[in-house]
Amino acid sequence: MNAPTPILRMTGVSKSFPGVVALDGVDLDLMAGEVHILLGENGAGKSTLMKILSGAQALDGGEILIDGKTAAIGSPKAARELGISIIYQELTLVPQLSAPANIFLGKEPTTPLGLLDEGAMKERARALLDALGVVVDLEDPVGTLGVAEQQMIEVAKALSENARILVMDEPTSALTSSEIDQLFAAMARLLERGVGIIYISHRMNEVERVGHRVSVLRDGRKVGTYRAGEVTIDELIRLMVGRPVGDHFPRRRAPPGAEVLRVSGLSRRGALRDISFSLRRGEIVGISGLLGAGRTELARAIFGADRPDEGAVDVKGKAGLVRSPAAAIEAGLGLLPEDRKTQGLVLALSVRENLTLTSVKRLSRLGLIDRAREASLSQRYVDDLRIRTPGIEQRAGALSGGNQQKIVLGKWLATGVDVLIMDEPTRGIDVAAKVEIYELMNRLTADGAGILMISSELPEVLGMSDRILVMRGGSVVAEFVSANATQEILLGAALGQAS
Amino acid sequence: MKKWLLGLTHSRRAGTLVGLFLLGALLSALTPFFLTRSNLMNVMEQTAINAVIAVGMTFVILSAGIDLSVGSITALSGVVLANRLQAGWGMAPSLVAGVAIGALCGLLSGLLITRGRLPPFIATLGMMSMARGAALLFTDGRPISGFEESLRFLSTGRIAGIPVPVLLTVVLYALAIVLLNRTRFGRYVYAIGGNEEATRLSGVAVGFHKTLVYVLSGVTAALASILLTARLNSAQPIAGMMYELDAIAAVVIGGTSLTGGLGTLGGTLIGALTMGVLRNGLNLLGISSFLQQIVIGFVIIVAVLTDSLVKSKRR
Repeated sequence: MNAPTPILRMTGVSKSFPGVVALDGVDLDLMAGEVHILLGENGAGKSTLMKILSGAQALDGGEILIDGKTAAIGSPKAARELGISIIYQELTLVPQLSAPANIFLGKEPTTPLGLLDEGAMKERARALLDALGVVVDLEDPVGTLGVAEQQMIEVAKALSENARILVMDEPTSALTSSEIDQLFAAMARLLERGVGIIYISHRMNEVERVGHRVSVLRDGRKVGTYRAGEVTIDELIRLMVGRPVGDHFPRRRAPPGAEVLRVSGLSRRGALRDISFSLRRGEIVGISGLLGAGRTELARAIFGADRPDEGAVDVKGKAGLVRSPAAAIEAGLGLLPEDRKTQGLVLALSVRENLTLTSVKRLSRLGLIDRAREASLSQRYVDDLRIRTPGIEQRAGALSGGNQQKIVLGKWLATGVDVLIMDEPTRGIDVAAKVEIYELMNRLTADGAGILMISSELPEVLGMSDRILVMRGGSVVAEFVSANATQEILLGAALGQAS
Repeated sequence: MKKWLLGLTHSRRAGTLVGLFLLGALLSALTPFFLTRSNLMNVMEQTAINAVIAVGMTFVILSAGIDLSVGSITALSGVVLANRLQAGWGMAPSLVAGVAIGALCGLLSGLLITRGRLPPFIATLGMMSMARGAALLFTDGRPISGFEESLRFLSTGRIAGIPVPVLLTVVLYALAIVLLNRTRFGRYVYAIGGNEEATRLSGVAVGFHKTLVYVLSGVTAALASILLTARLNSAQPIAGMMYELDAIAAVVIGGTSLTGGLGTLGGTLIGALTMGVLRNGLNLLGISSFLQQIVIGFVIIVAVLTDSLVKSKRR
């Protein structure tokens, strides 16, 4: 018997961005009626692959075949016409509209008079949702429905476009276990209809539960494709991380000094559960965990950007809770936020104005800014941090990511922090700039500051931290001395696998 | 990169300035009455009120807000000032009372926006109606007129041959430019308008400074009411209608971005002068006030359109 033609076959798919190879010759295929699970660490290339399939990004090399025929996915519209549909983690429904209005958004059936044909929409929506085994009130705004139900409506929307290739990005991450059952039941019905599903997940137990085959991506390459059950979960984890930890992590450990930050019992509804730990001068504590584990929420709660419900944050032995970013800075904290463009910098302002935003108070008398001191301070940090800019009057938005990150860092150096919280300090910057950031971290700790570093890059966490906390579901689930940890151990803890 | 960026912001203002001169040259050619000393003084006097209100409006728009209440505040401050003058409070205390009521209105808007988390448009729309109503209620809808001579001096007086309102406007701009460009407050206004979240995470008391911006806007509206009351020798509860739109137009023609974070007071002054020259010229040419409205609307749109076209081309 001949093997059936896969509904989707990708061969040698490659994609690079300036400074990064996101995908490097990836082969992947999908059969009708199959769930093909895609595993990989953050940044392994899963989302780039998804963007290529969705038509949001063009591939640089390789070929995509649909039903054995070469297909060009030039735009999101072309992807839809080819029967490819993506269900994103962030749902793309209009919460105020009903299920039928959402399903037919942009392709509403109309009556001969040009009015919306509400009856037809409702009838067809009902049929689509019935096929998925979902019962929802078609009048309710979808925002009032449960997350699983909303997801089903997204799936129904995909089906209304005759999708045959469905890509689901961590669909269970926000679901309760009964909702997950509901989703899997609906997926089974889709498979019967000959739909193929590429299923991206971090949850290892789902591999055996719903997967037929599983592929592992790592650093933009495919490590392998296996039948479900052919490999153990431990092996899969090893395959996901299995790259040697390079020594481009120039961590110089300093003997830790006095305790500078103590977090006790920090909780915030729906985000953080009873978190306690401490940080000493000269120490870097890494916080590892998957997206959505509560790491950024922890950083914001410590810094007073979000108000925790319970718990205390003591800085330099002074008990209490930080009530606002202004109070945090007063106490000696600094935050390098996750997204420098929306939270770290004022892009329209100059390098100088950004560098002194936290310290301008010190640079002014009676409210008047001492321009000469401000300029010399900014120039000093530009030189010191080797910020590559035509000058201090350059608009911050015009610089590269690495240089922008150095400005945010410089902002905190200028205020003189005792504790610096760094949320993904090297995300999206090139290797050379990364090493420079690491060197600056060394300098800060050598000068007696403590650093709390959130990172999704396991090698970075292992390479730069002295101790590592692993978070899952808003709690700290494990703590390691970094010399005793490996990528496998950290990932295992983050995934909730005892290893 | 730096050169063209600097060039862009500079050329934006230079462009407005060139536009103003071209307009002046055109009007000089069309009518002999335009380019005379007395007419130019006249233009500046007439521009003064809008220019003064536009100072506060520039701060508000730079912080990514909007203030629709300034026209009504001008009326309310004017009647309070007039009432106190007639009650025999004397010049200085009456002026302070007028400015204080403007500041109070601004404070209220500011608190509604920062504490009540209302969109600036809504908060100041409400304030626009309330201040107007208060002015009408306070005067029973009637104008208040007849003041001591010293108030007239603020309108007709001259120092070194320069009309006092023009002088006062120049002084106000000088102070405001220092406030915007040399102080922490000014820096924070730009930063908040450019990226409020990043500014908050940098430890800036965003709510406090935003509130101050609306207080400032109320104060400049009240200052304008002094000039207006002096000029008319009368305070009217229906004064200042549509002044908010003139002020917004001056700011926008002056190159300040409505989304905040980008713009200058110098640009606003040029914008206010452009509108003043345009009105004056159209009057001299005997063009009907109906047609004038169309022309002014057209100029506002062309000024901003040119800006956005230049920007999208460079992108």
